[in-house]
Amino acid sequence: MTTLAAPPIPPVAPLVDDTPIVINRAVTRADKVFRLALGSSSLVVLAILAGVVVFLAAYGWQALKVGGIHFITDPTWSPDSGHFGAMSLLVGSVAIAVVAVIIATPVSLSAALMINEYSPVRLRGVLTGAVDCLATVPSIVYGFWGLALVSNLQAAPAKWLVTHFAFVPFFRTPTSGEYVQSIFACGLISAVTIIPIITSVSREVMSQTPRDACEAALGLGGTRWGMVTDVILPFSRNGIVGAVLLGFGRGIGETMVVVLILSKANRMTSAILGPNGLGSIAKQITEDFPTGTPMDKSALILLGLVLFVTVLLVNIGARAIVNRGQKAG
Amino acid sequence: MMRGNRTLTPPPMPNPVGTALGPHSAMPDSPTRQRGISGSMLMEGLGSAAAALALVWIAFSLAGIVAPFGMLVAWFCLFFAIYGTLCWRLHGVLIAKDRMATLGIWSGAIVAMFALGAVLYYVFIRGVSAVFEDFPHFLTADMTQLGGASKITDLGVGAAIVGTVEQVGIATIITVPLGIMTATYLVGSNGPFARTVSAVVDAMTGAPAIIAGLFVYLLWVVPHKESGKSGLAAALALAVMMLPIVTRAAQEVVAIVPGSLREAALALGAPEWRVLVRVVLPTARAGLMTAVILGVARIAGETAPVLFNAGGFEAYNWNPFSGQQDDLPFRIYENIFQPGAVIQQSAWGTSFVLVCVVLILFLIARALGKSTPGRRRFVPWARIRNRTTEVEA
Repeated sequence: MTTLAAPPIPPVAPLVDDTPIVINRAVTRADKVFRLALGSSSLVVLAILAGVVVFLAAYGWQALKVGGIHFITDPTWSPDSGHFGAMSLLVGSVAIAVVAVIIATPVSLSAALMINEYSPVRLRGVLTGAVDCLATVPSIVYGFWGLALVSNLQAAPAKWLVTHFAFVPFFRTPTSGEYVQSIFACGLISAVTIIPIITSVSREVMSQTPRDACEAALGLGGTRWGMVTDVILPFSRNGIVGAVLLGFGRGIGETMVVVLILSKANRMTSAILGPNGLGSIAKQITEDFPTGTPMDKSALILLGLVLFVTVLLVNIGARAIVNRGQKAG
Repeated sequence: MMRGNRTLTPPPMPNPVGTALGPHSAMPDSPTRQRGISGSMLMEGLGSAAAALALVWIAFSLAGIVAPFGMLVAWFCLFFAIYGTLCWRLHGVLIAKDRMATLGIWSGAIVAMFALGAVLYYVFIRGVSAVFEDFPHFLTADMTQLGGASKITDLGVGAAIVGTVEQVGIATIITVPLGIMTATYLVGSNGPFARTVSAVVDAMTGAPAIIAGLFVYLLWVVPHKESGKSGLAAALALAVMMLPIVTRAAQEVVAIVPGSLREAALALGAPEWRVLVRVVLPTARAGLMTAVILGVARIAGETAPVLFNAGGFEAYNWNPFSGQQDDLPFRIYENIFQPGAVIQQSAWGTSFVLVCVVLILFLIARALGKSTPGRRRFVPWARIRNRTTEVEA
């Protein structure tokens, strides 16, 4: 009885039709110049990064030397008279981003799932276009819109929250009676500006879910929501986390919306529903820099460096998470 | 081993240029799926909505509260609860979850669309009166008449438009060649250097706009004293913002140029630079133009980078290389904080103009993005180009 042995698999690399072989041919002089040009053009981005860090550090050094640890410990911000309290500015920038992310994430994930899975085919193009369009509208226009309309509209719900939920430390107002110009209002408008980025990145990741697995889930009798929770979300978890982080980074650095809406103040407080509470780095730089004394400017530049490095690290981390998620899939 | 006939199917065409922009690429074997709403679903949904509305109405009337937004939220929550309970009792827990999730996802998407619609509508409503009061005048006049007593027909954004066009133009001229070359380099090599550059480009795409302005202020305006504030300085700051955006988008476009095309050209003995110029760039042209135009649209509305650098100037200044210059976002920022209804109105008018500019660019980019690589819709000079290529070949 003969057994049908499978033919031995040759130990060479598997048959691949179209992998080009590498030829070591002589590189012409023109091509050497060409390669050099390409390489050096990509140096420009690195040079900009290095330039930003070096310039900001050089000009901020003066303030760091004088201020030192006071940047964190001092409660007031007035660099010219020797008070370097920047803690509330830092916390404020982060708080705005947190509020924005909390509001934007459910909306963005809904929009991403809608575009990828739920929407009728004909609506898809429209939805994608609308999300991209959200990204195109300038942030000063969002800020102006927020200043004129939304910050007034959110005052009533904010008042309601303060009246009924004041036991939650966040739902208070630093100064009694007013509910506009708040961290919450800034976060609300900033949410609109980060919806497109969270949506497009998470959509991209979700669309890489193996279609077979989705169809298998449906074929086994699962509902569409079952497919989403058991196939799509587990598969794209990393990517979604990365997308949210990217939105967070964008929220920290949001400038014009905050400049237009937030009240100019810096006081450490957990209350986010009124003016005169936490400040924001971007707002402080924008408003104080043109008229500041050299020491003011130096301190603001140092804050700018802190903001830049923070956002950069958040972005790099977020991209790494997104990319790892894609490779793992 | 090679029994059975292998048919050589052409590799699937990498669909849309800039997948983020194009329509959802259809799967080759997309399954049929029952969509649409059955009669009973409709009844359940409408019934729950009506019940929720009635309950909310009664509750708010009894309590004597007038709060349209609160009513909307309460109605939605109640609708959600009633519909969920109904589906749960009628169809079981799985179907109920599915229906509620569908409802939630639709609502989320609608909220996003609503935000877009609301901002565009509001800017339109507030801005249109300023622009069309005395139609072309607002687009051609400058802001020299700006003051407490000025009428809207005295003001205009002509100077700001000139500034925006010149500054964004200079930024584009600087960044497009750099961005495309960097993108080509990143696609072509995979060493540690290229990976670092790629990561930096990604990270810089989301860098705070105010930092770009601060950087160029320190780099350019401080050494040149007050005369450093000019259109050029603003353009440099915009270029800092634009370079990563263009590079990233171009990278995606260049990456999907079919390798076989490139290899065919190399195999025929073409030097690398010719492959780039004659094969890669023409193939990716539609996508590259989309990338560039989107970059321009994103940058035209950036305010923070130009704040410290353009200087702002009410009258026309055609020369971007000397003297302070206005531009649209700067003008909005300047006029927002000035008292007076007319100046506010002019700020809305400026916002309207800016949004129109940006949206037109966006629509052009989308129209270009729909054309597939290699096919040259929307490029009027394509035929002439083709002919010359044939002659040269």
